[in-house]
Amino acid sequence: MYNTRIHYGYISIFFHWLAAATIIALFALGYYMVDLTYYHQWYKTAPELHKSIGFLLFILMIVRVVWRHKQLTPEHLTSHSSLERKMGKLTHSVLYLLIFLIMITGYLISTADDRGIEVFELFTVPGFGSFIENQEDVAGLIHQWLAYTLILLASLHAIAALKHHFIDKDNTLNRMIGRRQKNLNQAKDKMENT
Amino acid sequence: MKNMMTKLATASLITGAMLMPTVNAADYVIDNKGAHASINFKIKHLGYSWLTGRFDKFGGNFSYDPANVSASKIEVNIDTSSVNSNHAERDKHLRGDDFLDVNTFANAKFVSTSITEKAGGKLAVSGVLTLHGVSKNIVIDAETIGEGKDPWGGYRAGFSGTTSIALTDYAIKMNLGPASTHVQLELHIEGKKQ
Repeated sequence: MYNTRIHYGYISIFFHWLAAATIIALFALGYYMVDLTYYHQWYKTAPELHKSIGFLLFILMIVRVVWRHKQLTPEHLTSHSSLERKMGKLTHSVLYLLIFLIMITGYLISTADDRGIEVFELFTVPGFGSFIENQEDVAGLIHQWLAYTLILLASLHAIAALKHHFIDKDNTLNRMIGRRQKNLNQAKDKMENT
Repeated sequence: MKNMMTKLATASLITGAMLMPTVNAADYVIDNKGAHASINFKIKHLGYSWLTGRFDKFGGNFSYDPANVSASKIEVNIDTSSVNSNHAERDKHLRGDDFLDVNTFANAKFVSTSITEKAGGKLAVSGVLTLHGVSKNIVIDAETIGEGKDPWGGYRAGFSGTTSIALTDYAIKMNLGPASTHVQLELHIEGKKQ
């Protein structure tokens, strides 16, 4: 359930994949919705969904960051080179940063006129208007390009994981899909879990 | 002495023209500083209601002589990025390439070619409207509202005018439905005599 020095706990694993799936879905939805025709069935629904899910992702990411700080971070695999460690760490930090920046700029688009953001018609996240001139355009441009950057970087992150799995044949990806290593580590793991 | 006065007047005109590029040797300057002028638009929403908006930034000048209306002229320049329909998300969309494409076409412009007087104090203002990179002849149905001295030592004249343009005439590709093919422009202009 919890992280150890060797393994990611199931909660961390769950957060990781839920965030990944949500981000990919939001990107696809965002990419799709901006070119919808006016009379399209999804013309109004798609942006509403995009904003609602985006807000839920924000909550998820806050919980995830808090959880991450309360947990042990599994150590780097000994097979990882120091360059790989540095690159991995940097990529992770930039991914987190991009996710938050994209959510903030998204918020700044929709709230530029003081309107709040309705989340599934259940409640409204309040807006605070514009802080800069033409905020919705500036925030929109940043939102768009950071989203492309995020998807690019996440792809790199995924390719790196696959490289570790299939070429290096190490446990990098196994750790994130919850596959435990069968060897002495298990005993070590048990000790740390208790 | 008279020669010198002419020179001075010419110099000040040139200086004035440099400071305010929209000012020619016209009699009146549109009072955008005091916001006694507005350029509004309205378009039907689905055919069920009017959606209204305006351009917040514009400038221009006109010459007007009630004794010789056909010698009158008007030129108006509009900053298209100042479009304001009181909804940030929609304004962002309006500035984008589905509508005004303000990154490419930052300005719209109306320059009159001929002004004719009609019955009942009405005016037909013919001219070229350049919008979204397309220049087309249009006629603005206008009327004089009033003119005279203001309480602060100046002299003012005001007009209203409306015209209707088809979105497709100006290569605006977004299809808003069969009831919303045309947008109505409304100009309320007050000029301060120079």
